Amino acid sequence: MINEHLPALQVVVPLLAAPICFLILNNRLSWLFASLVSWLCFAMAILLVMEVKDGAVLHYEFGGWAPPWGIEYSVDVLNAYVLLIVSGIAAVVFPYSWTSIQKEIPESHHRIYFTAMMLCLAGLLGMTITGDAFNLFVLLEISSLSSYTLISLGRDRRALTASFQYLIMGTIGATFILIGVGLLYALTGTLNMADLASKIPALEGSRTLQAAFAFLVVGFGLKLAMFPLHLWLPNAYAFAPSAVSAFIGSTATKVAIYALLRFLYTVFGADFSFNFMQVQWLLMPLAVASILFASMVAMFQDGIKRLLAYSSVAQIGYMLLGISLVNITGLTGTLLHLFNHALMKGGLFLTLGAIAYRVGDTRVKSIAGLGQAMPFTMGAFVVGALSLIGVPLTVGFISKWYLILATLEKGYWPLTVLIIISSLMAVVYTWRIIETAYFQERPANAPEVKEAPLSLLIPAWTLIAANLYFGINSRLSTDLATGAAKMLFGGSLL
Amino acid sequence: MILDLYNYWVVIFLMMSGFYTLIASNHLIKKIVGLNIFQSSVFMLYISMGKVAGGTAPIAAEGIDTYSNPLPHVLILTAIVVGIATTSLALALVIRIKESYDTVQENEILELDRISDEETQA
Amino acid sequence: MMLTPQDLILLALCIPLLTAFAIFFTNPWPNVREGFTLVGSVLLFFTVAALTPHILAGERPTLALAEILPGLEISFTVEPLGMIFALVAATLWPINSLYSIGYMRANNEHKQTRFYIFFAIALSSVMGIAFAGNLLSLFVFYEVLTLSTYPLVTHAGHEKARNAGRVYLGILISTSIGLLLPAVIWVWYVSGTTDFTPGGILEGHISGPLLTLLAALFVFGIGKAAVMPTHRWLPAAMVAPTPVSALLHAVAVVKAGVFSVVKVVAYIFGLDLLKTAPGIEWLLYIACFTVVVASIIALQQDNLKKRLAYSTISQLSYVVMGALILAPLSLIGASLHIAVHAFGKITLFFAAGSIYTASKKTNISQLAGIGRRMPWTMTAFTIGAISMIALPPAAGFLSKWYLLLGASQEQQYIAMGVIVLSTLLNAAYFVPVIYSAFLKPEDPNQLIEHKRDHKESPLPMVIALTMTAAATILLFLFPGLVYELAQAVGVPVS
Repeated sequence: MINEHLPALQVVVPLLAAPICFLILNNRLSWLFASLVSWLCFAMAILLVMEVKDGAVLHYEFGGWAPPWGIEYSVDVLNAYVLLIVSGIAAVVFPYSWTSIQKEIPESHHRIYFTAMMLCLAGLLGMTITGDAFNLFVLLEISSLSSYTLISLGRDRRALTASFQYLIMGTIGATFILIGVGLLYALTGTLNMADLASKIPALEGSRTLQAAFAFLVVGFGLKLAMFPLHLWLPNAYAFAPSAVSAFIGSTATKVAIYALLRFLYTVFGADFSFNFMQVQWLLMPLAVASILFASMVAMFQDGIKRLLAYSSVAQIGYMLLGISLVNITGLTGTLLHLFNHALMKGGLFLTLGAIAYRVGDTRVKSIAGLGQAMPFTMGAFVVGALSLIGVPLTVGFISKWYLILATLEKGYWPLTVLIIISSLMAVVYTWRIIETAYFQERPANAPEVKEAPLSLLIPAWTLIAANLYFGINSRLSTDLATGAAKMLFGGSLL
Repeated sequence: MILDLYNYWVVIFLMMSGFYTLIASNHLIKKIVGLNIFQSSVFMLYISMGKVAGGTAPIAAEGIDTYSNPLPHVLILTAIVVGIATTSLALALVIRIKESYDTVQENEILELDRISDEETQA
Repeated sequence: MMLTPQDLILLALCIPLLTAFAIFFTNPWPNVREGFTLVGSVLLFFTVAALTPHILAGERPTLALAEILPGLEISFTVEPLGMIFALVAATLWPINSLYSIGYMRANNEHKQTRFYIFFAIALSSVMGIAFAGNLLSLFVFYEVLTLSTYPLVTHAGHEKARNAGRVYLGILISTSIGLLLPAVIWVWYVSGTTDFTPGGILEGHISGPLLTLLAALFVFGIGKAAVMPTHRWLPAAMVAPTPVSALLHAVAVVKAGVFSVVKVVAYIFGLDLLKTAPGIEWLLYIACFTVVVASIIALQQDNLKKRLAYSTISQLSYVVMGALILAPLSLIGASLHIAVHAFGKITLFFAAGSIYTASKKTNISQLAGIGRRMPWTMTAFTIGAISMIALPPAAGFLSKWYLLLGASQEQQYIAMGVIVLSTLLNAAYFVPVIYSAFLKPEDPNQLIEHKRDHKESPLPMVIALTMTAAATILLFLFPGLVYELAQAVGVPVS
């Protein structure tokens, strides 16, 4: 009975929980409630994954209105997989938040924080699960607006300008998406994705369709920080509170990539996107540019959060590269990297939050000597960094393996070289941090630091341990990603 | 022929002027105004799209059989609400920025950030 | 209770790790801590020794740990070459531990716990390399070894050590990720497996110049083999404490390198296939070049450890030569040389460290007459040097003999000439040291303050270096076991 409503509950529960978080007047209770809801969401995502992992598709009609008139939620392997990522990260970040925000956000804003986080979660889950193009826009805006709020909660006043900048760029992106959806509606008279998909092949030559495609690609490109539309990202991640960086950094761009994939493959169809529009030749150079450029910039950053933010831009480049290869292996690599990058960046930002909690800031030079002072925190950081580099036995290796195989399959060996060079660049920018932490002494005048509290360490290590677990036993992620990639190509191989 | 599509010309004109204001203006409030014009142009696009020649408001009434398509109007009501939320959040941010930087000029804010950057470096 | 070979493999991997844990928790009690190191190392020795009869009897026990990706396992297979390597490492670890304890205490080194922990982890990864059943597992443990020896190299922590650490890590990581990993993926891509199989797995999958390219990727990608121009890390790593140098040079790191080269030639390419590769002899010539040039550079070094480092570079390339001459006899020579050089070189390093501990002298020009103050040390040094020069009754003679035989069989006259020439060069840079130590009168000005009247170094160190020197001679007199193993390298079990 309840199972039937799972797709709806997955979004409705956090959406309703958001105002409740605000209405619970006690900060701590609000936190407990939010954490419980995040676990509930995670549990629901797991149940959904179990139901669809063998290729079944769940449909849910809101209010009993049959599509294409009503809003339909549909769950297949792909969005169940993304739901799992988003809710999984949420289930770790929410419990983590309590201790972390004590020092980073004034107490009067704690409930606002949980409310906004909950809204953001609801928006991201909704974007993932919805089968309705306009509904996707609305949920995108829900998650975006709440993330602007969350970023502006950062301690530094630059959080405000970063948030403002993100708001402007994000709204432009969302409006582009709105235009694209509008044009599609004008052409087909429907907003339901499945319905759109069935009507679009007949319209192939239409200019309007091409315009809609372009608007949607650019709009999602802005939201997912595709080079050179990534300018909002580094500041937003760098100045947001640590828990927010961890949550948004590991989920928001992933969901945008999911949405892009959904439009490219399901709505427009692989044939239109790649054979007619040839979008891969747009994505590939941009992916290459973002991998090289962002890795280069990351090497010269003083702030670790900013460094990781640039590294995120590079990692998004990997995901776009996988899409642009237009083969199943490449798409599998992209999907795996959604999962794996969420784990590594989430884990790294959480360890940074623990450092910020004890040290006060996260510049490279402030962490000198922390290897001894905070062994467990820095240990987590090292594992996360290895995963970012792509060392075997970590998840980073798994996705790179698929991406490299995909480039070889296509015979694009310069891209293979590119992936390898960028891995080496990752060695450079992460090793600078590790070396400072372990082989430089803490300055004599610096205050004494202790190991981070368990309430921060346990969530951080949960994600870091997941980096190792899924790096050694990748069955779950590879099965889901392969299944989703095959489903997206839908047997019609290019 | 071109005039038949005049609604699109209006939309494009509004969109471009909004976009220009958004990019060219140095004043944060003016940026928000530009953003609003930009969004409004899209609202226009949707609303004009729903118009059916000779149709009336979609209210079932005796003797009328051509209605405008109500769905884009409904959609755009939602989008307007989203737009209002965005604008109010943006304005709230500008107030906070004004409080902490004592200016709403983008170049001055960047300059202040640069100065504080140099101070932390030193 | 009888332990199956599989249990023994697992034990060999776990004992050093458990030792590392034990060391971590016994940090406050140095005596207990050192006790664990010794017990762990002796246990490891017996474990590996217990495996040997199985291998001699023709068994090839296999153990699969985890399946990282479909068809891609972390698995172990013990074959003769790995057995030799594991035996060498497991024999030298207890001796090296004994020596380390004397050295670290006598020189009041800081952070000794970290030192012993990473030493133990390095040994575990050596076992992993030795027993690796496929290229991927080899690669994984190869990287673990690099990372776990990094803190040992930078042990001192000062600016110079950190710079050396950067060179060390920079070269080893960039060659392994930049060249070795692509080679591994390439092998997987063309043949669908990376399992080590006697006779190779690439037959029929790859041929012509690409084969040569792949071989070059392996030879240079395995930076630990220190074939020029990837040798720079070795002299840089000389800033480490002497037991680490001994470990790096004799037991773990460089042997892991040449071991991997031999293993890849014998078990991935196969001698017959590699003979068809055009221009393959150029790789051999590069190894020859390394042998000669490194010897010439060694001649010019006054710092004893530096001279030994360059000597190592040249000796390593013997092994690479042995593999690339592509004759079964030279393969035996290469396998023997892994063991023989280990014992000889560790003796030399032990002697260097012993001299430093007793007299704080580091340069050859200061050593006049030291033989009379430190007779045990200098006698051991002499035996080690004789083995390097390859004179009977030291074991170095054996391996060189087989190398020469193999080279003449394949009519590789350049290689033969190089072996002869380098023997002369070896003599040229070792004999003067021995000569001045024993026959020159002591120069009173060369005595360093506070050490005016030194005798032998602490007893554990003397015991250790006597043991390795004795082993060098015993290996010449009773080479049966190692020879039998070496003969079976790359030969399928009938």
